Amino acid sequence: MPPDIQAPKRRASTTPVLDVVALVSVGRHPVTGRGRRADLDARGVELALSLPEAQTRLVHAGRYDADSEQALRGYLGMGFKDLTLLEQPAGSDVSVALGEALEDWGPQLVIAGERAEQGEGSGMLAYLLAERLGWPLVQGLAAIEEVSQGVATVLQALPRGQRRRLKVRLPAIVTVDSAAPAARQSAFGPARRGECQSLTVDACKDEALSSWTMQPARKRPKRLKIVKAASARDRFKAAAAKAEGGGGQVLSDVTPDEGAEAIYKLLKDEGVLR
Amino acid sequence: MLDTLLPILIAGALALAVVGAWRRVRLWRQGRPAPVSLLKGLAAIPRRYLVDLHHVVARDKMISNTHVATAGGFVAAAVLMVLVHGLGLAEGILGWVLLAASATMFAGSCFVARRRRNPPARLSKGPWMRLPKSLMAFSLSTFAITLPAVGLLPEDFGSWILALVLSAVLVWGLGEMFFGMTWGGPMKHAFAGALHLAFHRRPDRFSTKEGGEGRSTGLKALNLDDHEAPLGVETPSDFTWNQLLGFDACVQCGRCEAVCPAFAAGQPLNPKKLIQDMVVGMAGGSDAEYAGSPYPGKPVGEHEGSADGPIVARQGKALVDADTLWSCTTCRACVEECPMMIEHVDAIVDMRRFMTLEHGNTPNKGAEVLDNLIATDNPGGFDPGARMHWAADLALPLMADRGEAEVLLWLGDGAYDMRNQRTLRSLVKVLRAADVDFAVLGDEERDSGDVARRLGDEATFQSLAKRNIATLSKYRFKRIVTCDPHSFHVLGNEYGELGGEYEVRHHSTFIAELYDAGKLAFAPWKGGRVTYHDPCYLGRYNGEFEAPRNVLKALGIEVAEMERSGFRSRCCGGGGGAAITDVPGKQRIPDMRMGDVGETGADMVAVGCPQCTAMLEGVVDSTAEVRDIAELVANALVEAPASAGDRSQAQGPQAVEVS
Ligand code: SF4
Ligand code: SF4
Repeated sequence: MPPDIQAPKRRASTTPVLDVVALVSVGRHPVTGRGRRADLDARGVELALSLPEAQTRLVHAGRYDADSEQALRGYLGMGFKDLTLLEQPAGSDVSVALGEALEDWGPQLVIAGERAEQGEGSGMLAYLLAERLGWPLVQGLAAIEEVSQGVATVLQALPRGQRRRLKVRLPAIVTVDSAAPAARQSAFGPARRGECQSLTVDACKDEALSSWTMQPARKRPKRLKIVKAASARDRFKAAAAKAEGGGGQVLSDVTPDEGAEAIYKLLKDEGVLR
Repeated sequence: MLDTLLPILIAGALALAVVGAWRRVRLWRQGRPAPVSLLKGLAAIPRRYLVDLHHVVARDKMISNTHVATAGGFVAAAVLMVLVHGLGLAEGILGWVLLAASATMFAGSCFVARRRRNPPARLSKGPWMRLPKSLMAFSLSTFAITLPAVGLLPEDFGSWILALVLSAVLVWGLGEMFFGMTWGGPMKHAFAGALHLAFHRRPDRFSTKEGGEGRSTGLKALNLDDHEAPLGVETPSDFTWNQLLGFDACVQCGRCEAVCPAFAAGQPLNPKKLIQDMVVGMAGGSDAEYAGSPYPGKPVGEHEGSADGPIVARQGKALVDADTLWSCTTCRACVEECPMMIEHVDAIVDMRRFMTLEHGNTPNKGAEVLDNLIATDNPGGFDPGARMHWAADLALPLMADRGEAEVLLWLGDGAYDMRNQRTLRSLVKVLRAADVDFAVLGDEERDSGDVARRLGDEATFQSLAKRNIATLSKYRFKRIVTCDPHSFHVLGNEYGELGGEYEVRHHSTFIAELYDAGKLAFAPWKGGRVTYHDPCYLGRYNGEFEAPRNVLKALGIEVAEMERSGFRSRCCGGGGGAAITDVPGKQRIPDMRMGDVGETGADMVAVGCPQCTAMLEGVVDSTAEVRDIAELVANALVEAPASAGDRSQAQGPQAVEVS
């Protein structure tokens, strides 16, 4: 049974408390479109709850109305007393408000789902925050194995069920992959009791967004993958494969300058930087 | 000497009993308040005992006669003893009656002793083993001390040694009967049982002189508007006081244990032990004293609790483990069989509510099913817009187009299930053959909330129920017909408390009516041997045992009854979300049920519930096919003869049987 996380206890003073912020958004059910906890964000909260020494603050930046409240309460139902709300009008760039708030609080770990279930859903938020705060970012986590002495050991999800163990110095931002453990059930009682505490923050209009036209995504026909596999193992591999880049190289034991040089060159080659 | 001793002994025993009673009442009063009508309840005891309780006890003739003799003899003897020996009113007939009463009680206690010689496993041992001796001690010594009082023996008969021995035996008897009654001995059941009858949480379950139905099976709603009200039961003191009183009435007869499908399957549940654990929790302590069968696979003596301590611990052990509570199929076999009218299912769901609503700990697929219900209004997570795909070619009339119909056909979530779709299609064929004016809600229908409620998610249940009630209130119809007993039960018995009163019929009942009205005609039955499985939610929950059998009879089928059928039918294992929480045991409940089917030699089992169909058809290597009644009827349909009139008039005698 999950431990009673209603009241996160401060551990004995020898184990320092780990300040965690879990960014949560309003999700959208894939079949009915009803508001709900976003699956990846909820997995992120679950990761935070699995850290024994963590003290987690739920933060949502965005619109606040009856529907979004219902969905946000889903996170409270995982056993939280409150949720911090940075209220933003529709069409704001929430990365600004979040960045300011995070600078203010100075948490050690920020956990977010890889991408939102509605809105832009570009998955850019974590990168924007990392850029602004100057923190390292690890993408696509499957687990956080350990946090000790300011360093987190994490497992990153790779295609075909592979994992990569990484160490990252805190403070850091991590995003969560669908390979992370499923979120625990949201219970009605704590969800109803929990409070959404609004902080007044400035909103920054997302200029780029306002110039875009939005339309519902069309279902596109899927290109059939023609698998010429000789064995069952190959067929399975083809079916389980995630999109992979072709080339790439692993650099190890290089100086930061050499590393930066290599990345710069790649970005140029790919036409990202001109 | 006895003359002076007796009044003192009797007065002492009575005084101790009163003190004990007061202490016992205080234990019950730890529970939450529940309004009862005091005088009306007390006045109802005799009828509830003699009619309703006895109705259950009398299923075992031997025991019922034993109990009548012992209990009747005791009550009479106790009252008379106070008059004769306590107040010295031996003159006249009183003393003789007392002799007769104690003799009757003695005869009864001999039978109790005989039964205790090789007691079946379901009976508790421990202190219960001394009960026959105590009963004999009381009855014999009462008889003996009364002999001089009526003049059959001289006043100074025997020596003072004899008097002393007699007094000692009497003290033992008095101790068990008066002192033990209120201080927690086996005789406690009489005291608590009588009050439980008076203040039962479901007064509607008792018959009335006017011939009430005497059935009350719908779960009681939680008040979700009151944010202070607790969500279910966390500690024993979260039960209402009359629930606690009910637990205390248990005689540990183990009838519930004997019929519990989860217990038989080796899942960690025993309804008797569960009730005893609640008593342990109420008084505080460990279950080490319990002297009956344990929860399968869980040794006795490792659990403990207190009135204000948790029943289920989040971590480690408390009074009861969670898997015990999740093993229950809510089949109500235990409630049906309990002579003390204890409501096991209410208690189990109360505790589940807390685990789901506060802990968020619905096991296995439970959380997923509840999430689906919240997001898609059906447990499978299917697109609500796909609910009618199975009937794309049937052009079913929609309520949204028609606005009214005589019959609203409630489809249930079986609409998404390929197996049940065959049943639904058959049912539509039957309704059309009988020219029934019906319509369906189509995509406007939602899950009835049955599973959510049994899994303890009262919030989701009420949300679904309220939206269904709002939808139903838009249309006009005379009755709802459904082939799903769970929907039947919820719509008919549980929506009322939330403002939705409907007349609901199971399809078997409705088909029986159509047949009686001469609207259906069947080709003669050519198949093999058929047995019928009573779904819990149709039979025990709603008392419908006859209609399905009448339909089968009309089809020309002679039902080869299983040993456990009718009100004793054994659950298919699919109710109460048990198929979702799926607590492991030694065997599976549906396998046992198919074993019952096999024993009749039937090669087909007729059912009337999508859940039973799914569970029984899921049994591998079974010897019988599973068919819904609607399918059998649809297959046998022939053109109704033009001359066919109302069968209930055309064939007088048959009408009596099928009504
Ligand atoms: S709960 Fe009822 S049926 Fe079960 S042992 Fe107690 S009295 Fe008997
Ligand atoms: S309702 Fe059925 S499964 Fe549950 S305890 Fe009673 S007999 Fe056992």
